[in-house]
Amino acid sequence: MRVGAQIDVAAPPELVWGWVTDPARTLHFMAGVTRWEVVSEHDRGLGARYRTLMRVGSAEVGGLVETVEYDEPFDIAWTSVTGLDQRGRWRLRPSGPNRTRVELRICYGVAGAGITGWLAEHVAAPTVRENLRRSLMELRRQVEHEQARARAAARRAAAGRAAVPH
Amino acid sequence: MADTTTARPTGNNGHLREALDDDEVRRPLSLVERVRQAVAGQARDRVPVADLDERDPDWIRERLPGLWLAASVWFRGEVRGLGNIPEEGPVLLVGNHSGGNMTPDSGVFILAFSTYFGVERRFHQLAHNLVVSMPGLGFLRKFGTVAASHENAEQALRSGAALLVYPGGDHEVHRPSWEGNTINFDGRRGFVRLALEHDVPIVPVVAIGGQETALFLSRGEGLSKLLGLDRLLRLKVLPISIAIPWGLNVGDVLGHVPLPAKITIEVLPAIHLREQFGAGGAEIDIDEVYDHVTATMQETLDALASERRLPIIG
Repeated sequence: MRVGAQIDVAAPPELVWGWVTDPARTLHFMAGVTRWEVVSEHDRGLGARYRTLMRVGSAEVGGLVETVEYDEPFDIAWTSVTGLDQRGRWRLRPSGPNRTRVELRICYGVAGAGITGWLAEHVAAPTVRENLRRSLMELRRQVEHEQARARAAARRAAAGRAAVPH
Repeated sequence: MADTTTARPTGNNGHLREALDDDEVRRPLSLVERVRQAVAGQARDRVPVADLDERDPDWIRERLPGLWLAASVWFRGEVRGLGNIPEEGPVLLVGNHSGGNMTPDSGVFILAFSTYFGVERRFHQLAHNLVVSMPGLGFLRKFGTVAASHENAEQALRSGAALLVYPGGDHEVHRPSWEGNTINFDGRRGFVRLALEHDVPIVPVVAIGGQETALFLSRGEGLSKLLGLDRLLRLKVLPISIAIPWGLNVGDVLGHVPLPAKITIEVLPAIHLREQFGAGGAEIDIDEVYDHVTATMQETLDALASERRLPIIG
């Protein structure tokens, strides 16, 4: 089953990239995600591994995932090593001056589970989709808020410099 | 699922001889007695000897979506505090369970444990001999369920597995619905000795909602004794309930369709017996540990009960 969501963020791809690849920030904006724990030597980049869980229905599902694509600042993809079969992708594309189109996709399922697997995937889809949608909205809020704070800090610094008599 | 203390060894025909006293062996047996012994022998011979290798992680993984559907859609299951279970190593999970022979809380917990830690982590459950030997329920062994006996429990813990036990056994699971929010292990303390012998932490697992999946009227202990089921099949109860689709359901042998009651489970912090009860190398009082575990579980059950507004709906 493949679900996805996308959103426009008023920030350059490089800034958004910093957020989506930082495992320390993941739990702050990913809705439904209860664990995103680094279990590899490197906390990001090709080959980085994470133990992940997302609450869906009555269980926290996920497993060990590994980063299999890391194309800064455009694409990052991961695939499952254990647990639920999954493949996920962050896709960042410039959509205007200082703007980024952010897409988050997840394909998931359990190989060999048959009809109950198919049914469970479809029953879970609205929850997973809603989690992705809320995650993107929260990501946008936090990234744009950080942008606004940085701009305000820059303005204050400039005003401070202008006020200092030469 | 059942207690570890009341279980006997799961060897072959030894049970039959153990069950008889010397006088019974010597004197000629009546026809009724011979039939009774034959039934008992058959029932016990069907008890599979525990082979932990029967647990099949791949098979479990393929069944998780079905379990997830039942747990999420039918029982609206909610499991809290799984992070209290040590990440690795053997651990004794001590739970209360409900719902007659269907015990939906066991299914919800097995799902939650398997998805949280992954099917790769060894996880076994003790169940009443009859449950694992019942025709059609052999699949439970693939989930890691083994017949309740001290030997099987030891074997599981020695293998480094997480072991789920329900000390209350059939006494607890068939309690009347109006006693649903009561922890009742019937004084069975075997789990404490087991944890001490293997020096593993006890993690209490408290569940609510299972006893609302039918209207349980009585354990039928008197009826079971009258029919000799306690000696024949180790069944101390012959429960009477009102359940779908049978209406009046005596014995619950064929199970029933559980009502869609909300199941909530809370996993409590691990209890390290030697640290908490044996400071300075003092001898640990089994009764004190038992009282502590059951009191802690009762407090949590009371808190979970206070969250519920309506039966079944939760």
